[in-house]
Amino acid sequence: MGVEGIGAKVLRKEDRRFITGQGRYTDDMSVPGMKYAAFVRSPHAHAKITSIDASAAREMPGFIEFLDGQQLKADGIGNIICGWAVTSKDGSPMKMGAYPALADGIVRYVGQPIGIVIAETQAQARDAAEGVMIEYEELPVVVNGPDAMKAGAPQLHPEAENNICFDWELGDADATAKAFENPAKVIKLDIVNNRLSPNPIEPRAALGHYNSAEDHYTCYTTSQNPHVARLVMSAFYNVAPEHKLRVIAPDVGGGFGAKIYIYPEEIVCLWASKRTHVPVKWTSDRTEAFLTDAHGRDHVSDVEMALDANNKILGLRVNTVANLGAYMSLFSSATPTYLYATLLSGQYNIPAIYANVKGVYTNTAPVDAYRGAGRPEATYVIERTMETAARELGMSPAEFRRINFIREFPHQTPVIMNYDTGDFEATMEAAMKTADVAGFEGRRQEAKSRGKLRGLGMSCYIEACGIAPSKAVGSLGAGVGLWESAEVRVNPVGTIEILTGSHSHGQGHETTFAQVVSQRFGVPVDNVQIVHGDTDKVQFGMGTYGSRSGAVGCSAISKALDKVEAKAKKIGAHLLEADEGDIVIENGEVKVAGTDKKLAWHEVCLGAYTGHNLPDGMEPGLKEGAFYDPQNFTFPAGCYICEVEVDPDTGVTEIVQFVAADDFGNIINPMIVEGQVHGGLAQGIGQALLEGVNYDETGQLVTASYMDYAMPRAWDLPMFKVETLVTPCTTNPLGLKGCGEAGAIGSPPAVMNAITDAIGNNDLTMPATPEKVWNAINAVN
Amino acid sequence: MSQVSMTVNGRKVSGECEDRTLLVHFLRDNLHLTGTHVGCDTSQCGACVVHLDGKAIKSCTMLAVQASGSDVTTIEGIANGQDLNPVQTAFKEHHGLQCGFCTPGMIMTITDMINRHGSDLDEETVREELDGNICRCTGYHNIVKAALDAASKMGTPQQVAAE
Ligand code: FES
Ligand code: FES
Repeated sequence: MGVEGIGAKVLRKEDRRFITGQGRYTDDMSVPGMKYAAFVRSPHAHAKITSIDASAAREMPGFIEFLDGQQLKADGIGNIICGWAVTSKDGSPMKMGAYPALADGIVRYVGQPIGIVIAETQAQARDAAEGVMIEYEELPVVVNGPDAMKAGAPQLHPEAENNICFDWELGDADATAKAFENPAKVIKLDIVNNRLSPNPIEPRAALGHYNSAEDHYTCYTTSQNPHVARLVMSAFYNVAPEHKLRVIAPDVGGGFGAKIYIYPEEIVCLWASKRTHVPVKWTSDRTEAFLTDAHGRDHVSDVEMALDANNKILGLRVNTVANLGAYMSLFSSATPTYLYATLLSGQYNIPAIYANVKGVYTNTAPVDAYRGAGRPEATYVIERTMETAARELGMSPAEFRRINFIREFPHQTPVIMNYDTGDFEATMEAAMKTADVAGFEGRRQEAKSRGKLRGLGMSCYIEACGIAPSKAVGSLGAGVGLWESAEVRVNPVGTIEILTGSHSHGQGHETTFAQVVSQRFGVPVDNVQIVHGDTDKVQFGMGTYGSRSGAVGCSAISKALDKVEAKAKKIGAHLLEADEGDIVIENGEVKVAGTDKKLAWHEVCLGAYTGHNLPDGMEPGLKEGAFYDPQNFTFPAGCYICEVEVDPDTGVTEIVQFVAADDFGNIINPMIVEGQVHGGLAQGIGQALLEGVNYDETGQLVTASYMDYAMPRAWDLPMFKVETLVTPCTTNPLGLKGCGEAGAIGSPPAVMNAITDAIGNNDLTMPATPEKVWNAINAVN
Repeated sequence: MSQVSMTVNGRKVSGECEDRTLLVHFLRDNLHLTGTHVGCDTSQCGACVVHLDGKAIKSCTMLAVQASGSDVTTIEGIANGQDLNPVQTAFKEHHGLQCGFCTPGMIMTITDMINRHGSDLDEETVREELDGNICRCTGYHNIVKAALDAASKMGTPQQVAAE
């Protein structure tokens, strides 16, 4: 590796602007004549709108305009779409309830947008929004997935009988039934995966600007995938034609899934800008974020695992109810189905798996992908069950896993996925060594002498990243291909611009992508500029989610670099009068191998642009593009070991040690990878100990602020012990698997396995608050 | 409307704003100092932390008029020209930021911590005193490392001298 190439700890190029306060986030943008928007939102979880009266608001200071769903509909603005069509097991398509960007006569969750007020200042817009008088006829409410399917439950959408959007299955039901015919043992577990709010610290924001002189639209927005936003806004919502719409996602302050979707607010701001002829900016406050950013998780499952007399797994049966919220969001059908049940084989040889998932509407905010998206739910199911099984068998959890590990690759699971590579024993051994599992009993005894309950929990996760082969996902219902694009523009002086469809909202692409280029040509990372997040600059791209920027985004860059390298070699061979096959490019030089004949990189680049001496027939310039479509998902895997101490008097859990051993394949920048793991672990530990979105029975969100929704703070978390092992991915050019979500995927079961081990009661749900833990301790005493 | 004057990053500034305007909005909207961020509406996240007369405060929890006459330092005012200050440097060297949104508030809070504790600053104190700053990206691990490293480089406690 070069000093700044693949594998080097290069400090981040992007840091300077952030640490000096010069980051440029959407809310930092202003354009001349800009006015401010506030949304009028439903205070009810389910109601008919009987009248809307904005006359008082119109008299308020600074008022410019109020628009509602009637005008939106009249202007032909389309309903919010779902980008993945899931088919129920009876062959019927999923039952989409209509979701207009501004409510059309009925509201189905608290916070649903009904109208937009535009005023001179943000404060005046918010005042005037409160001045819009709306009368409602309240309807009965249901907030919980299983309740929504019961007879007599309030019905949300006429299309979806019993509120069931889809009743989907995966796996072989007959083979699985057979596995349960004569097992030596069956392990049963009820599992709840708590509902979460992603909570990037930058709230969502949008600035819509219609320029009538040019008949052109610009939308600044907090998006993880600006090109997808542009496509969807033009092709489905009819807000603006694609060629006249520029979407810019500048610096974005964290995404975690919540900023994938194209929400009502950005659509409405852009449309309202055209209606009012002023640029319109909206910035969410935190309460709105809790109410309207897509939530994550919210599964209720029952799990059965059949074992033979040798403690090998024979089969796994999982029934899950996934709460979808009131409406379908962009990926909300795929998250609890193809991103979930396909990972239920975990790291284990399981001959037969059957999963049934019912996606159910409730009077809550839409639920969609949140860091991990389906894979945390799958990992929680399998890893809680593995630990439970080991305890019921009286075996060490490590030994039980060892007996069942997949050891040969490629491995075809019964649930679609084909794992290309991995070494599950190696990551488990590494984690056990670092965690000093051998010394745990001694530490448990020592803790006991201090009156503390000490527990150890393990989780061996596998997940699927690099979404995904377009043909495969297309056959499963995806509405788009999931390739990535890149363009490499070499300037005449030899500096390089990389235009990528990936989007960085904290991942450090400006550094890691430059390292990939540095590796290839030996140019310093400072001579490489990464351009992203602007549909006018980058031709197209699918964006960043599902830990795809390395595995898919960098593969596209790598492919474009191949083409640049090939052309540069041709030019070099011509100038050096050598055979093309003898040319090597390294350390910023173009050389004839085995000789001292060479040119500086920039000389070849300049030669490409002067065109004075190029091979016959060659076009001048040095710029190439590529689209990369993955052959397979990638499969990061690893082992997390959590050690806790619980105070039996208060139920307070302290994480005393957390070890992560991950296999992400090859690594571009270990510092950034570790940072991704830390952040993922914090979110997973947050899910296990602290976080939970709670609606009361009337559908009011009772956790709509940081006073009520417990975000992990510095004192809740330990220093993490993070290490990586490498089995390179075999299906992409750089051998990358992806690291963005693993921490959030693998950690919740490790924490819950540790606490339940400490307290001797397996009956505990997330978040394991002191009250719940205290009750669980007392239930067994 | 009120007339507000203060010193911000060493420069005298004044402007007109509504009585209800928060200091953070005065900084962002009137002075275009957008490095100070807003991450919540309940004074919990700390994205808005600035120094007021040398102490870390949440600029979302104070009216601009209340700050009139004060000396305010924001994230834009702590580097010495092109030279980063030690806390900024430590954040870069320890990868203490990812999306960067919480970072200005973190740096201002930690600078205040170091002003009070100097090189005595320890991990427990950092974690405890970061109770008003939320980061969703980093898991705090590298922020804590950056704080401790900066403290060790910035030297002895300074509060004694200041009081
Ligand atoms: S914006 Fe000031 S504490 Fe959150
Ligand atoms: S770096 Fe993103 S919130 Fe802290």
